[in-house]
Amino acid sequence: MQFGIFSVGDVTTDPTTGVTPSERERIKAMVTIALKAEEVGLDVFATGEHHNPPFVPSSPTTMLGYIAARTERLILSTATTLITTNDPVKIAEDFAMLQHLADGRVDLMMGRGNTGPVYPWFGQDIRQGIPLAIENYALLHELWRNDVVDWEGRFRTPLQGFTSTPRPLDGVPPFVWHGSIRSPEIAEQAAYYGDGFFANHIFWPTSHFQRLISLYRERFAHYGHGTPEQAYVGLGGQVFMRKNSQDAVNEFRPYFDNAPVYGHGPSLEDFSRETPLTVGSPQQVIERTLGFREYVGDYQRQLFLLDHAGLPLKTVLEQLDLLGEIVPVLRKEFAARRAPGVAEAPTHESLVAAAQEKVTA
Amino acid sequence: MKLVVVSAGLTQPSSTRLLADRLAASVGARTDVSTRVVELRELAVDIANHLVTGFPSPALGDALGAVEEADGLIAATPIFTASYSGLFKSFFDLIDFDALTGKPVLVAATGGTARHSLALEHALRPMFAYLHAVVVPTAVYAASEDWADGELAGRIDRAAGELADLMLRTPTPHKEEELVPFAEQLAALRKKP
Repeated sequence: MQFGIFSVGDVTTDPTTGVTPSERERIKAMVTIALKAEEVGLDVFATGEHHNPPFVPSSPTTMLGYIAARTERLILSTATTLITTNDPVKIAEDFAMLQHLADGRVDLMMGRGNTGPVYPWFGQDIRQGIPLAIENYALLHELWRNDVVDWEGRFRTPLQGFTSTPRPLDGVPPFVWHGSIRSPEIAEQAAYYGDGFFANHIFWPTSHFQRLISLYRERFAHYGHGTPEQAYVGLGGQVFMRKNSQDAVNEFRPYFDNAPVYGHGPSLEDFSRETPLTVGSPQQVIERTLGFREYVGDYQRQLFLLDHAGLPLKTVLEQLDLLGEIVPVLRKEFAARRAPGVAEAPTHESLVAAAQEKVTA
Repeated sequence: MKLVVVSAGLTQPSSTRLLADRLAASVGARTDVSTRVVELRELAVDIANHLVTGFPSPALGDALGAVEEADGLIAATPIFTASYSGLFKSFFDLIDFDALTGKPVLVAATGGTARHSLALEHALRPMFAYLHAVVVPTAVYAASEDWADGELAGRIDRAAGELADLMLRTPTPHKEEELVPFAEQLAALRKKP
């Protein structure tokens, strides 16, 4: 099982000090956080993609390429890559390039994005959100698998005899997760291709994601990729830890109360009960996280949101130290509970091995 | 059959709730219904939180679900500033846009003076029409002076009779979530528009 962090990349004023980082400070902080993730033994760093203030990460492969050069083991990913407004040809090229530079330590998560105004900035129409996600991904899938592509669709100019370069490393495209908050169509898409399904999970009640994930598992099996239990599931989570749980609550509360997404709404206590948010001691985080598998089944990837809502870099790095301490426990406990036959989290190495097996079979 | 009453009255006891209860009792006298009352006052904070976070608390989720599954709905609000109350509108803002399609609805309102009665026709009826509900022809308005007037009982019975008739005639269709298989979604795109 893989553990990691995902960052939205928001520039938010720290409500306790009134300090707002500059864009440069926030971008550098994201890099520092990614390097720290490797240092404390996490497996994955994923960056968001946004094209409007107050968010900084508009160019994920630039950032991930820089992080790749400064890390050894960390898998570099996205949360999410906008399949609706990015040209699939450019996604194919950018992430194949990153694969070569990072020696295969790359995967990505597709998302539609939820900011309507982004669509026209990239020449698209939000009313076509789902059709764009379907057609663009179909093309991306083909570009990574066929050296020469002839293609015609509804949303971009046709391709004739086109080869996207560089070709994927070792002939194996990066693994793709499909992220969704509410659309069964996306769970269906992930299942159709045998790709992973990532439930962002952090702003909505668990029962909601339970339905989407069981749909994905069922359809994954329907399309012949394996049993429902062998499907690839990732979950988001959101934690704030201190050794003493009351310290965690006291320290996090002003950030929660003023957070751009859920602030000025429900109480920290209500939100913690209804969503996976866990604010407390490391032991409480371990128990809550282990509980996720009870309603989604055994899963392959757990990403936590740590750096948001104006939390200062120093605090985030302390959170990473604590996460580094509990992840070995989580690995051991998840492994002890895992049913036999459940798939491992895909990596470049495992995908290369699977491709070779297919050739020799 | 399931009858759900949504009351946006704010005081306790409230005249809006009193009107809603009389309507519900009159429906119950005509046909066999189990009645559930949703008091929006009790859900006011949950409604605001849902607007902020995008998801309902368990209690609000349960109330929204009850409205969706109802065979008939009585929706009653006080008239504030020439229209339904903000709380009433906020609740229906959280209903799925297709949850009321074809559902029989009786609209009712209360106010301090009869001058506001047409708010039912100018505000509530169009809102439910937008939601594709079937609103009964008689909307019931009760001003303070109407409570002493026997004519109100006649309007209540007429409206309740209309709702009961509609509920008997139009069984609520069960909503099935339908999933279009991916190959069909893909094929639809490959066809020229």
